[in-house]
Amino acid sequence: MIYQGKQKIWADYQKEIPDDKWFYVRSCIRQNFFPGAERMFLEICRNVLGKDFYEAANHTTCGGIAYHCDTIPQETVMTIVARQFALMTEAGYENYVASCITSFGNYLEILETWHEFPELETRIRELLWKACRREFKKPKYIAHASDLIYKYRNEIAEKAKFRLINRQTGEPLKVVEHIGCHYSKMFPSKGVGGAEYPYVLCGMIESWGGSVIDYPERRHCCGYGFRQYHVKANRGYSLSNTHKKFESMEPYHPDMIITNCPGCPYFLDRWQYVIAEMEGKTYGQNGYGIPVFTYEEVAGLVLGYDPWDLGLQLHQVAVEPLLDKIGIEYSPEDKYKGLNRKDIMRPELPGVLKCC
Amino acid sequence: MGKLYDELIKDYRVKEGLKTCINCGTCTAICPAAEFYRYDPRKIVDTVQSKDEAEIEKLLKSDVIWYCGECMSCVTRCPRKNAPGLVIMALRNLSAKLGYFTCSEKGRQLLPLTRILTGNILNYGYCVYPDTFKWEDHVESGPVWKWHTEHLKDNFERLGANFKGEGPGVLRKIPQESLDELKSIFDVTGGTERIEAVEKYSEQKAGELGMDIDEYCRMTFEKISPGHFNSEE
Ligand code: SF4
Ligand code: SF4
Repeated sequence: MIYQGKQKIWADYQKEIPDDKWFYVRSCIRQNFFPGAERMFLEICRNVLGKDFYEAANHTTCGGIAYHCDTIPQETVMTIVARQFALMTEAGYENYVASCITSFGNYLEILETWHEFPELETRIRELLWKACRREFKKPKYIAHASDLIYKYRNEIAEKAKFRLINRQTGEPLKVVEHIGCHYSKMFPSKGVGGAEYPYVLCGMIESWGGSVIDYPERRHCCGYGFRQYHVKANRGYSLSNTHKKFESMEPYHPDMIITNCPGCPYFLDRWQYVIAEMEGKTYGQNGYGIPVFTYEEVAGLVLGYDPWDLGLQLHQVAVEPLLDKIGIEYSPEDKYKGLNRKDIMRPELPGVLKCC
Repeated sequence: MGKLYDELIKDYRVKEGLKTCINCGTCTAICPAAEFYRYDPRKIVDTVQSKDEAEIEKLLKSDVIWYCGECMSCVTRCPRKNAPGLVIMALRNLSAKLGYFTCSEKGRQLLPLTRILTGNILNYGYCVYPDTFKWEDHVESGPVWKWHTEHLKDNFERLGANFKGEGPGVLRKIPQESLDELKSIFDVTGGTERIEAVEKYSEQKAGELGMDIDEYCRMTFEKISPGHFNSEE
């Protein structure tokens, strides 16, 4: 009954997301660590669903990470963002979709600040003109890329070759979802489901057959903390936060983790390796970790794309136990191959964490 | 009202993030940094609203303001609609501007951060970039990342990226004209001035410590002294 109650509240937090014609901007972290995920996103939106997603070659970082590492002033990040908006305006688009939660939060914060202090918006327009001779219109709508996959989740489910179901037992897979703090903790009304019941990933999981795990530290930060990761001396902060989450989710035996933000899957994946090497502890079955995915990777898997085309070989935690549970076929010998099956060696195996 | 407080309330993040703090401590209860570090965002917000110049100066020179992870979990929960995370960003900004950041170990880390992040933006157009994300500095990225960095071109090609290529795509080369635009943006918005200030104050500090600036930068990137953590005696 309580669950029904939550579903009802979730319904109150739905947002109207435009269906088509998007100006797409990439994520620094996703491009580095999950390059296949962004390619998959555009493949699904453009080729599978036939939508218009435009990418300008001359767009850049939004500066969000540098801003949250306190290395650039607020006016600098605002003007970088204003330039991105100018590129959107020049390309004739009004809907703006970011592949990154830090960016998404950054855009929302900037628009909100301009709304409250219009004189600052005027000043940024002047600075942009001075620096780049560009002008911009503000986007009509700003989405995070996961909002779109959420919106298209049922169409994806209709075309899916696989479901998030354990093929042996017929049971739904138990899925941990991790939203990423800047998605809705700052501006709850801008995220699907708000800050209390973020539904953006739950919607995908339910539509694709899995069941969502509710665990005590579900909304705790992954521990990125910007400077708390980028500076070597601070990384214990990042590790201890991830550790806290894993200890909390462990009793629920998750089959997999799906993440929203580009950084979170990196931390949830890599810190499992570090915890295993430091403490000998692993959270998956038989010495493996719990596989961690981006939402685009999961969409690609259910649609039947080859796991190695999605780039799952770049994860440190082996994904094979999950592929086996779902019944997705893969070629173990092709995992670490280059283009046209070129031999490029393979990574060393970790000391403790079991990998394939 | 004193000088430092006046500077702080000019910052839009303080205008937006500091209404009236009732010292309830909700922000501290939810804060991931407060669990790990000797850190209490409630106290920081309260110090700023007290307008006590000496206390604010102490704060700007301390490690404390650098403990926050800017997750903004506090923003959702504050019953008075304050944003402690934003107030902290404004404090850090002022500490950087005045050179007070060199007075604390965590503050001194602003030099390597500035070099890495603004370097990546101005040289490549990205905040994070493969050429500067070295495995040696990131052993936690695991053997898979070591292998990946040894085969960057092949792996990116395999995954359909456009690494250092013309046109759109993953990790495409950002055109020189766009990098020039970013540089102009830094020049007119105070970004360049900020980099120069961080370099200048860090150089002074390195001089005081009898260190070469690069050696100092490395030290600030790696050194942890006792006294930061809750778990310490
Ligand atoms: S933004 Fe900073 S003060 Fe607020 S909860 Fe996160 S770490 Fe704590
Ligand atoms: S939650 Fe808000 S009102 Fe309570 S101590 Fe923190 S800043 Fe002050």
